[in-house]
Amino acid sequence: MYSIGIDIGSVATKAVLFNKGIIDNVILPTGWNPKEAGAKALDKLVVENNLAKSDLKEVVATGYGRVSADFADRVITEITCHAKGGHYLNPKVRTIMDIGGQDSKAISLDSNGNVQDFIMNDKCAAGTGKFLEVTINSLGEDINKLDQLTKDTNPEEINSTCTVFAESEVVSLLAQGASKESIALGILEAITDQAQVLLNKIRVDQQVLFTGGLAQSERIKNLLSTKLNQEVVTSPNSQFAGALGAAIIAGDQ
Amino acid sequence: MIIINKLDEYFKKLRPEKLEGYGPVVIKDLKQQEGKNIVGTYCVFTPYELISAAEAIPVTLCSTSNATIQEAEKHLPRNLCPLIKSSYGYAMTDKCPYFYFADLIVGETTCDGKKKMYEYLDELTPVHVMQLPQSNKRKDDFENWKEEIIRLKKRLEEKFEVTITNQKLKEEIRKKNQERRALKEFYQLAKLNPSPLYGTEILKVLNLSKFTFDKEIANQRTKEIIKEIKKNYNKGERRISEDAPRILITGCPMGKATEKIVKLVEENGGVVVCFENCTGVKRNQELVDEDINPIDALTKKYLNTPCSCMSPNDNRIDLLSELIDEYQVDGVIDMVLQACHTYNVETFRIKDFVSNNKNTPYINLETDYSQSDVGQLKTRISAFMEML
Repeated sequence: MYSIGIDIGSVATKAVLFNKGIIDNVILPTGWNPKEAGAKALDKLVVENNLAKSDLKEVVATGYGRVSADFADRVITEITCHAKGGHYLNPKVRTIMDIGGQDSKAISLDSNGNVQDFIMNDKCAAGTGKFLEVTINSLGEDINKLDQLTKDTNPEEINSTCTVFAESEVVSLLAQGASKESIALGILEAITDQAQVLLNKIRVDQQVLFTGGLAQSERIKNLLSTKLNQEVVTSPNSQFAGALGAAIIAGDQ
Repeated sequence: MIIINKLDEYFKKLRPEKLEGYGPVVIKDLKQQEGKNIVGTYCVFTPYELISAAEAIPVTLCSTSNATIQEAEKHLPRNLCPLIKSSYGYAMTDKCPYFYFADLIVGETTCDGKKKMYEYLDELTPVHVMQLPQSNKRKDDFENWKEEIIRLKKRLEEKFEVTITNQKLKEEIRKKNQERRALKEFYQLAKLNPSPLYGTEILKVLNLSKFTFDKEIANQRTKEIIKEIKKNYNKGERRISEDAPRILITGCPMGKATEKIVKLVEENGGVVVCFENCTGVKRNQELVDEDINPIDALTKKYLNTPCSCMSPNDNRIDLLSELIDEYQVDGVIDMVLQACHTYNVETFRIKDFVSNNKNTPYINLETDYSQSDVGQLKTRISAFMEML
């Protein structure tokens, strides 16, 4: 039977249709209305796959918008869902580093995909996707072109962990004549440093799976791998790990 | 499962402010009509028995609300523990009725922030500062703390023009022990599995006794509450599922603003069965020895408080170890207030001990008195509950 998991993040809403395997997925911008974004993602999966609501065993919502998802049968936190989803994507994974739009988390899991320990970033935007978005925007660059931009350069040092202060730091570096490319790489260094701080607080075992929107960047993945001195893997479905986990949990019941 | 809600009703109707002998009005009457002296306290290191033996009324001062912090930040740095800021803010704004009526305040040097804050507080109401030793293991520590106890005794005697006799002190020790016994009997009901009590209710009853100044009334009431709970439990009433994860909360003192954590645990399917902090077990665990010299007995009991200001603080590890077993704890939440360095530094040791020696899942939550982090706390606490 089919099940659906919906991960309503602060930036993007991801949904996965699952039936013994991933059947389909959608990703939409969350916008200002998380409830609507979640409902839209659900409808889209149901309609495009010619399903009726009765074909669904369960719908599980996760992510920060989960609390408003009244169309879901259950809500489960993104921690538990990421662990389940990450385990499905790669059963060898024992550590997950997720960098989301408004929070980032390091999760340690067992061989069955159960959470053993986890830690999340502090109350502020440091170390999250928002940090990257704000600082890269101040360079007038597109977050999707990071790998290309930072290919052949040496990083400038960004010292601030605070997003607002880091933005000012970027502005001063530009004023001093530093290149966009070197500043961009400095920003990537900074965000992986912050990820490492979280990972240092939990037990890091092989393999490390990198999830969230930023996992699409090869450059960030490699920086993280060098810093941790561990192999870091991603999956084409990395961004869907939370939604996938939610769908798997929904199917299990 | 059939859920009978008799105890739910009972606790809902238990309104401390409506009960005899409870709250600020009692202090007002004691002060204005009976001419009693009022002594404000903050911390469980304060030897309450000495204050009562001086015919004065010891009362815990307000320190758990966010409302007075902004005012306090006029004098105190922002990056300071919210408990210190809240306490001072209450004093500055005269919003704490107990502070308003207090003739003297007794404070202890449990941390640098408090120690320095007392200097300012002293300008509003006289503060007697008791200097704590930094450890409790050495012979000197005992002697030094004993000196501090004797110094407080003298201050109380001079200030209130009374003599604290050994006989009077022994009498007060006996009374305070009775309160501790009654409260222990109450909160130890949560050792039952499933627990008959929610954590929010444990806090409510502890506060009720704390702010009922005639301890005979307080103890009588605690006993009635115990009776009511036992009666319902023995009849088979079960409000809490056997599957609900049993949570022990450790760390900084908890109340009012930080009750958000207890609520989040219980809204997400868990139940707080034990408070290993100054609000709960720490103050009541060890009784004062009634058979030895009363000053020595007080010195011994209070010096043994398992506070993170002691170095090392092995007592906390021993206590946690016992409580995790006795209360059949499924998960430990270590709540640390922002900028509380000693508890914060201890989290590493506590995590290591709880997860590796007791094989019990552990989570550390750093928070303050604002409600702005409730969303983030909810995610962390729900995920922790899902993990158990």
